[in-house]
Amino acid sequence: MTSLPAESAAMDRELEPHERYVPGHHWRNAQDEMEAAKLGMWLFLATEILLFAGFFCAYTVFRYWYPENWHAASRHYLNWKIGAANTVVLLLSSFTIVLAIRGAQTNRKGMMLVNLFITELCAAFFLVVKLGWEYAPKWQKGELPGGFFTYGGHDASHDAHAATEHASWFSTLLSVDHGHYVTNAYDHIFMSVYWISTATHGFHVFAGMIVIGWAMWMAARGHYGPKHYTSLENIGLYWHIVDVIWIFLFPLLYLV
Amino acid sequence: MSGHHDVSFLAPKETSFKSVWAWVYTLDHKRIGVMYLAATLLAFFLGGVFAVVLRTELWEPTRTIVNEAGQATVTGRALFGWKENGQQVTANNAYNRAFTLHGTIMVFLFIIPAVPAALGNIFLPIMLGAKDVAFPRLNLFSWYIYVFGSIFAIWSIIHGGVETGWTFYTPYSSSTNWGGVTSMVLGAFILGFSSIFTGINFIATVHKLRVPGMGWFDMPLFVWAIYATAIMQVLATPVLGITLAMLVFERLFHIGIFDPALGGDPVLFQHFFWFYSHPAVYIMIVPGMGIISELIAVNCRKRIFGYRAIAFSSIAIAAISFLVWAHHMLTSQTAALNAIFSALTFLVAIPTAIKVFNWIATMYKSSINLNTGMLYAMAFLFCFTIGGLTGPPLATLAVDIHLHDTYFVVAHFHYVMMGGTVLAFLGGLHHWWPKFTGKMYAENPARLACIMVFIGFNLTFFIQFFLGTQGMPRRYATYVDEFEWMHKISTTGSYLLASGLLLHLMVFIQSLMAGAPAPKNPWGGLTFEWETESPPIEHNFPHEPVITHGPYDYDTEVPPHCDPREWPLPDQAKVAALSHH
Repeated sequence: MTSLPAESAAMDRELEPHERYVPGHHWRNAQDEMEAAKLGMWLFLATEILLFAGFFCAYTVFRYWYPENWHAASRHYLNWKIGAANTVVLLLSSFTIVLAIRGAQTNRKGMMLVNLFITELCAAFFLVVKLGWEYAPKWQKGELPGGFFTYGGHDASHDAHAATEHASWFSTLLSVDHGHYVTNAYDHIFMSVYWISTATHGFHVFAGMIVIGWAMWMAARGHYGPKHYTSLENIGLYWHIVDVIWIFLFPLLYLV
Repeated sequence: MSGHHDVSFLAPKETSFKSVWAWVYTLDHKRIGVMYLAATLLAFFLGGVFAVVLRTELWEPTRTIVNEAGQATVTGRALFGWKENGQQVTANNAYNRAFTLHGTIMVFLFIIPAVPAALGNIFLPIMLGAKDVAFPRLNLFSWYIYVFGSIFAIWSIIHGGVETGWTFYTPYSSSTNWGGVTSMVLGAFILGFSSIFTGINFIATVHKLRVPGMGWFDMPLFVWAIYATAIMQVLATPVLGITLAMLVFERLFHIGIFDPALGGDPVLFQHFFWFYSHPAVYIMIVPGMGIISELIAVNCRKRIFGYRAIAFSSIAIAAISFLVWAHHMLTSQTAALNAIFSALTFLVAIPTAIKVFNWIATMYKSSINLNTGMLYAMAFLFCFTIGGLTGPPLATLAVDIHLHDTYFVVAHFHYVMMGGTVLAFLGGLHHWWPKFTGKMYAENPARLACIMVFIGFNLTFFIQFFLGTQGMPRRYATYVDEFEWMHKISTTGSYLLASGLLLHLMVFIQSLMAGAPAPKNPWGGLTFEWETESPPIEHNFPHEPVITHGPYDYDTEVPPHCDPREWPLPDQAKVAALSHH
């Protein structure tokens, strides 16, 4: 077999792992292997959507039964600004992971690593906001799911914020002007749906951080290149579904 | 190819440590399949023990008999007196737990993985001419998830059992304090992941690893059935996962979604649950139908009648399965909803009947080889038809009001699941036993066991249709005296059934220890698995096989490795017509 000049030049240096990649013994070629892996990933994404469909279904049923209650609960308990910030961050991270895949396709390791790192930062930002600015205050105020719901309608921390004249622009941004709020009969179920769906989603973000971290390690060691980047692309697909699920959760819980 | 790839996949390695490790960390689909088979058979045994316990409790109703001397004896409390944590368990409570454990073990540990994960794992890649499934590591992972989930389920048995029934209906399941519910539900949740990963693996394998030249309609019908099953596994199981997760949240965090005390809706749980579990009963039966297609075509030595109709009917069953879940709640919904779901349920009968007619048409005027596999196929046709035809009465709204939650439902379900899937599974096990163990089994004792199973099964369950129509409710540990003779027949049948199954076990053990070596193609099959060694070598085939004929071309082909003198001659006119092309 005659080799092209570019190929023989590549032979002179030590080959990167992605250039040496051979498909599994039961595959006829790398193309089939990659297509199968992507098919498997798409099927897995379908199962993810069906998993979250359970939450959306529960949401729909209770919203249908208690529409005013749910509207009021959504307005009072959730801060759309925090949700919006997280939405922007996740959308950005979906873009950067695509750039990372582009980096693999065009054999630019730096581009791949930088973009994976930004994706990882975005995911971390999302979780910090979720835990620090949403879950922690809700936990303190007793805005907990179902049987643990103890919130009485009196927002002590909100009053404290209003009392201090030193409220920074940041804390103003984070506070919602609730006015007077009287708790409704089914607030605790709204909070149940909120907690279980966002916590399950948050767990998926966390799992995403782990696999993206693994992808960074693989990328740094030269396992991804134009001819082989299957797992990177699959991680990208997974990350998009995490993003898309949030795109549905955000308006349903925070805005509608 | 190096030497060790040419030996049997069962061959031990150089040292015993390496041999054990080769099983623990195997990526070979055949070894994983054999491990699944061992585990599911163990689960079948456990579930069977609980079934016999149930039938023993039902031998007599609970009643007090006073003799002439004035001494009172209480009958029909076989389960009374079990001690647990130092406390005596009442017969009713023990019965509740026994039927729950029978149900959960049989459904989640045995019947769902039995055909796809065990026989499917071993034979799907070989039938496609592939060396392995698409994702061998995921395959091993799903096996370990299965083991992990099973440990949860077994732990809940040791930890006091579960008395909710296998359906875990709320609000009882979310409020009962009995210890085992959370771990059993978690176990079923984990087992679901195993099922999903197996399904994803099989779909990708069928799409991407067919041997070159094998089109969709050149695939054996067993592969079609496993493919349809895999679609249902992938699309239905996540819903069960989230339902069971919400049930666990309900128990741990009192989220109130299913708990009426907190404003939730227990019927919502039933909708969620059956959205999975109705497709799940087709996950259980469709692979069995795939086995029957193989058994009948091979043992009738005839081209299967209506190949495409059988293949598409599997897909049709998969599609319809997602639209009928609410027929489990026909007694508790509005009339309009009921009418819709009743009509949709009747639709299931169409693809099912297509299959049955095609199998019977295949048998018509064929030269039947009556081995144990074929006997089971015929037993399947008999029992499954009864099971299938008792479905429409349950889908009929007015009739269902009367039959709902009676023994009629129990009998219908067992005629489909046991008379369908289990008989097909046993038939398939005998059909492929020589292939994956390399040993023949003793034909006549196996035939006798098959007949015992068939008679025992019908004795056990046929009478239950009458029990149901006369009003015997399911899940009761006792009953009125009028039902006693029918329950006695049923219990007698169950002992015969259990004896038949034990005889099968002995036949298999005898075969493993002293069976004659199996030839490559003992029954004269035309699919790829009969072209490899028995048992197959590690990579299934020495070279990638070449597809030269369809899976059921008995009218033009003499099966490989079979003596043509012992085989009905191919239709010479058709052979001549083919050679002209």
